[in-house]
Amino acid sequence: MTNPNGRFGIHGGQYMPETLMNAVIELEEAYNHYKNDPEFNKELTELFNNYAGRPSLLYYAEKMTKDLGGAKVYLKREDLNHTGSHKINNVLGQALLAKKMGKTRLIAETGAGQHGVATATAAALLDMECVVFMGEEDTKRQALNVYRMRLLGATVIPVKNGTATLKDAVSEAMREWTSRISDTHYCLGSVMGPHPFPTIVRDFQAVISKEIKQQMMEAEGKLPDVVMACCGGGSNAIGSFYHFIEDKSVRLIGCEAAGRGIDTFETAATINTGRVGIFHGMKSYFCQDEFGQIAPVYSISAGLDYPGIGPEHAYLHDIGRAEYVPVTDEEAVNAFEYLSRTEGIIPAIESAHAVAHALKIVPGMSKDQTVVITISGRGDKDCAAIARYRGEDINE
Amino acid sequence: MSNTAKAFENGKAFIPFITCGDPDLETTKLVVKEAVRAGADLIELGIPFSDPTAEGPVIQAASERALKGGVTTDKIFAMVEELRKEVTIPLTFMTYANVVFSYGAERFISHCKEVGIDGLVLPDIPFEEKEEFLPYTKKYGVDLVSLIAPTSEDRISMIASEAEGYIYIVSSLGVTGVRSKITTDIASLTSQVKAASHVPCAIGFGISTPEQAKAMAQYADGVIVGSAIVKIIAEYGKDAPSHVYEYIKSMKDAIR
Repeated sequence: MTNPNGRFGIHGGQYMPETLMNAVIELEEAYNHYKNDPEFNKELTELFNNYAGRPSLLYYAEKMTKDLGGAKVYLKREDLNHTGSHKINNVLGQALLAKKMGKTRLIAETGAGQHGVATATAAALLDMECVVFMGEEDTKRQALNVYRMRLLGATVIPVKNGTATLKDAVSEAMREWTSRISDTHYCLGSVMGPHPFPTIVRDFQAVISKEIKQQMMEAEGKLPDVVMACCGGGSNAIGSFYHFIEDKSVRLIGCEAAGRGIDTFETAATINTGRVGIFHGMKSYFCQDEFGQIAPVYSISAGLDYPGIGPEHAYLHDIGRAEYVPVTDEEAVNAFEYLSRTEGIIPAIESAHAVAHALKIVPGMSKDQTVVITISGRGDKDCAAIARYRGEDINE
Repeated sequence: MSNTAKAFENGKAFIPFITCGDPDLETTKLVVKEAVRAGADLIELGIPFSDPTAEGPVIQAASERALKGGVTTDKIFAMVEELRKEVTIPLTFMTYANVVFSYGAERFISHCKEVGIDGLVLPDIPFEEKEEFLPYTKKYGVDLVSLIAPTSEDRISMIASEAEGYIYIVSSLGVTGVRSKITTDIASLTSQVKAASHVPCAIGFGISTPEQAKAMAQYADGVIVGSAIVKIIAEYGKDAPSHVYEYIKSMKDAIR
């Protein structure tokens, strides 16, 4: 699916400053070497299984299934991973790769803080220095995660430029990488940025769909009818989709953050409201104005609050292989509360976007069908913000 | 010879960068005219972008001010058309790929030709992606300027041999902005570039003082200065043109 220049259809590519070109080429060469290296894969599997807690559960949500009265609902529990989200899959892979490349320092961007926490964790484990860039707005929304990163030994740099959210954190991490390359690996957190990042991150996250497939065959003896996940940059979504792309019977649904609605300016639903552009190293869909200025986006979820989407998703959309649907703040918060009460599982507000869409489609499906929803992370980090959304002020 | 290469006919070239629309387009016009009067050989006109990933804080802030002030690509094209009634030195646009792409690459580049823009500097278009715009820059005779960085190493000859107009040599790692010291081995970098190219080369990133400009001009055919000028404009606002004149005169004198 990837051509040598990292294209997914018209999307992808390497729209990067010349200063970083040799760094991304070096990364690609190292990755191509290590991805087939038995020793590397053995070490990574060891970290996945004995550190991150893989394989993650595929849980049959019986109460939710009965309540909705349609298809059988399974939850892929990435929230049970060490550090509380799917982000650890990618980070362990990249940190190990960086270490093999002789790098001693990891830098990362973070939105909700989950990727930052995961990177700080891997850095602590592998004895690497760690600097995390986080939009100042997000450091306030996710104060607990800022503390977790510091506790793990990372330096957190609040980014004040622009909208002070995820896109600005990415820009600032890229600027930092431009100034310090030789000892530093940019541990990008999603399936975005210049080639080879979208491919590397996808490959490390693809463990999610690999496990779903095995677990569904064990549980049901057949493939699921629908696999769905929330989608900002799209790493948990592509991880959930990847091993089903060739199985055309499986419907793939990415749930975008519509914020206050796709007919408002306060949205982050890229496929639903954006158009093709070039930004942050890649060609893909972006929320932008008529002159190509990147739009300030909005979502209650800091992790989906990004104006672009990974190039492979853009391609899956173009060819009609995956669907991308908008889910509003209100729908996501309702789903956050619903899953907590129905199954005793508090999902991340990001993941709640996928749950919200499931609440819409599952009742209309037949009882012999199955739906897998990836719960990309756990929702402890969101409790204070959701309480605020409901008009209740609690101390974190 | 391309129009941009003509900038290097009067000895070492001095190339200022100006963010269009900071504080407003009227001031930008006056600054350009003063820059020409002070001896600028080519001017890079920055079309502000919302997320300029290759820029340091000074140009980031200028871009933000300009966009908040309502500047758009169309208004900048109109300004250049006006300027061209008086200004004859080569002019290039420096901006980001999405500004060109979203306008429609052919529409943008044909407009460049119509209004008298001679070249394009796009820091997020490396050698591997230049086909995105090259068919149109060739069709309309606008130079797509190549950048070479201290990390380019084995890529230098590939980039330099296909370069058009002039080569923009990035002096240092990191983003644009004033630096007290440039630590790259510029002599070695420029000699590698010159060995592989047929076009002049100019050095930018981090240069702000006449002494630095003079030192850089020993090795290169020109010197590019952005943040130092944008800083003067930020400080003096509408009164900036005369201050920019004084500054550029001192810089051009240093490299003559």
